[in-house]
Amino acid sequence: MQSFGHSVQRNSRVALAFLERNFNLTKRYWAWELVWITYNIVNGISVTYIAAGANAVIPGFHISQSQLNTAILVLVIGTAVWSYISTCFDDVAMLFTIEKWEGTLEYTFMAPIKRITMMFGASVYAVIHGFVLTAIQLVVMAMFFHIDLSQANFWTAIIILLLGTASFVGFGFITSVLPMLFTEYGDKMGFIVRSVILLVSGVYYPVTVLPKWMQTLSAISPATYVLDGLRRSLINGQPIWQMWSSVIILIISGAVSIPAGLWVFRKGEEYAKRTGKLKRNG
Amino acid sequence: MQQLLPDAKDPETLAVNRRIAEAQALTNGSQDALIISHVSKHFTKGSNGPLYYLKKMLRPSQKTPPHSHQRVIRALDDVSLNVKRNTIIGVLGSNGSGKSTLIRAISTLLIPDKGSVKVFDHDVITERDTVQRLINRVSVEASFFRRLSPIENLMYSARLYNVPGSEARKQIHALLDRLGIRKERRNHPIEDMSRGMQQKVAIARAFLTSPILLLLDEPTTGLDPRSKAEVQQFILELRANHDATILLTTHDMDEAEALCDSIAIIDNGRIAALNTAAELRKQIGEEMGLSGPATLHDVFMWYTGRAWKDDDDEDDNE
Repeated sequence: MQSFGHSVQRNSRVALAFLERNFNLTKRYWAWELVWITYNIVNGISVTYIAAGANAVIPGFHISQSQLNTAILVLVIGTAVWSYISTCFDDVAMLFTIEKWEGTLEYTFMAPIKRITMMFGASVYAVIHGFVLTAIQLVVMAMFFHIDLSQANFWTAIIILLLGTASFVGFGFITSVLPMLFTEYGDKMGFIVRSVILLVSGVYYPVTVLPKWMQTLSAISPATYVLDGLRRSLINGQPIWQMWSSVIILIISGAVSIPAGLWVFRKGEEYAKRTGKLKRNG
Repeated sequence: MQQLLPDAKDPETLAVNRRIAEAQALTNGSQDALIISHVSKHFTKGSNGPLYYLKKMLRPSQKTPPHSHQRVIRALDDVSLNVKRNTIIGVLGSNGSGKSTLIRAISTLLIPDKGSVKVFDHDVITERDTVQRLINRVSVEASFFRRLSPIENLMYSARLYNVPGSEARKQIHALLDRLGIRKERRNHPIEDMSRGMQQKVAIARAFLTSPILLLLDEPTTGLDPRSKAEVQQFILELRANHDATILLTTHDMDEAEALCDSIAIIDNGRIAALNTAAELRKQIGEEMGLSGPATLHDVFMWYTGRAWKDDDDEDDNE
C-alpha cells in the first residue's frame, strides 16, 4: 500500500511537471496565445455571421428570427467546441514538437517517467487551457450575437465534453509521435488530422450533407458525437440519459484511443531510438 | 567556485544525501558502474523518397534497390568498455568518431544494433526506468526551454525526477548561489544568459537529480577559462563527495589528463586505446622513439591517425 502511495505521489509530481511547464510556456509565449485567441474569436464571429445573414444571402428566402437564433446558436456552439477541440488536440499533439524546437527532447526522454503520466499531465493542462480559451471566446461572441441558453443542460454538456476529451487526447498522442518519426515535416502532418476531423464532424454543418463515404468517417470521429451531444444539451436542454448511444460511443472511443495512443507512442519512440531520430536535428 | 553543498548538516545537503543513498540502493553494491559489451550501431543517412516506399508497398515480394545517395554510417563498431565505480573516464575522439552516440546509448536514448550496455548491472533497454534514476547528462549544448527562467527549467527537471517541490526550490537557490548566478537573473529567460552561465545551470540541473553516473559530453567546450576551471572543480568534487562515476568526453587534452583516471580513445566508432594517461603517453613515446613520454596530443594523433585540420566539423555520425 505504501509503494502504491509512493507511486501515486511520484506520478503526480511528474504530471505536475508537465502542467507547470506548459503553464510557464504559455505565460512566456503570451503573444502566441493572444494571436491564437484572437484568431479563434474572429473565426467564430465570421462563421456565425453566415447564420445571422442567412436571409440576405438568397433573395426571397426567409426564416423567422427564432429560427435564425437557433442557427446562430448551432454555429456558436460549433465554433466554440472546435476551439476547445483544437486547443486540446494541439496541446497534446505538440507535446514533443515544442521539445524538438527547444532541443530538450532528449532530456525529457532520459527522465524516469511513464509515458501515460506524461500524457496525463499534458492532458490536464490541455483541458484547462481549452476551457479558459473557449470561455473567453464565448464571452466575446455573446457581445455580438443573441445567445439564448435558457434551456441549456450544462451538466450534460460538461459530461459530454469531458468524455470526448479522452478521445481527442488519444488522437493527439498518436499525432505527437509524428515529429519524432518525420523530423522535418512531422508537426505539419498533425494539421491534416485536425482538418479531417473538422471536415467530417459536423462543426459548421450537419454531417448528413456529406457524401455517404465521408459519413463513414463522421461515424468514427468522436467530435461528431461531442458536437451533437452539446447541441442537444445546450439548445434543447436534453439530459444525459436521452443520449446514451452517444455517451457509449464516446466511452468506447476514449477507451480505445488512449491505449492506442500509448501503443503507437511506444512503437514510435522505439523506432526513433533505433534510428537516432530523437536527436535535435534529426 | 565554492563547494556545491558544503555543510553536511544543512537540509539541502541532507536531502541530496538521502537521494544519493536511494540511488546507491539501486546499484546492489556493484563496483562496475558501466559495462559496455560489443556494442555496434549504424545509421542510414539520406531518404529514399516516397516513390521507393510506394514501390515497396505495392510489390512487397520484389526487391527494390535503395537509392545510391543513401549511405550507411557505422557510428559504433564492436565497442566494449568497463568503467569502475567512483572513477572518471575520459573518452577522446575526433568530431564524428562516435563519442556522442556512445553517450546516447548509455543514456537510454538509442537502441544499439548489437551488444549490451549495463549501468550498475541494470540493462539500459530492459531496465530503462532504473537506469534513468541513476544517470544524468550534461551535453555540449545546454538544452533548455529558452524562454523559461533558470528556476522554471530546474523546477521542471526536479519534478521529473521526483524531487518534492519545496525541497527542489530550496536546493535550486542554494545551487545557483554557489554557482555564482545572481538572484536577479534567476527569473529571467535563460536565453538572455551567457553560454557559460547556461552551462552552469545545466550542471545544476544534473546535480539536482543526484545521479551516480554522470555523462558529461564536452561540458567545457566554448567556456572561458574561469568557467572551465569551475566546471572542472565541480567534476572532481562530485566524484569525491557524491559517490559519482563520471564519463567525460572532451577535446581538451589538458582537461582529460588533469581529471581522468583512465582514457579511452575512440576512432571511427572503435575503441582504439584504453589506459591511464601516463601509460598511454609512455607507450606512444616509445612507439615514436622519443626519449620520454609523448604528450596526450601526440597520443591522440597517433590513434586517430590524422591531423587536427582533417577533422570534419560536422558530427555526421553523432
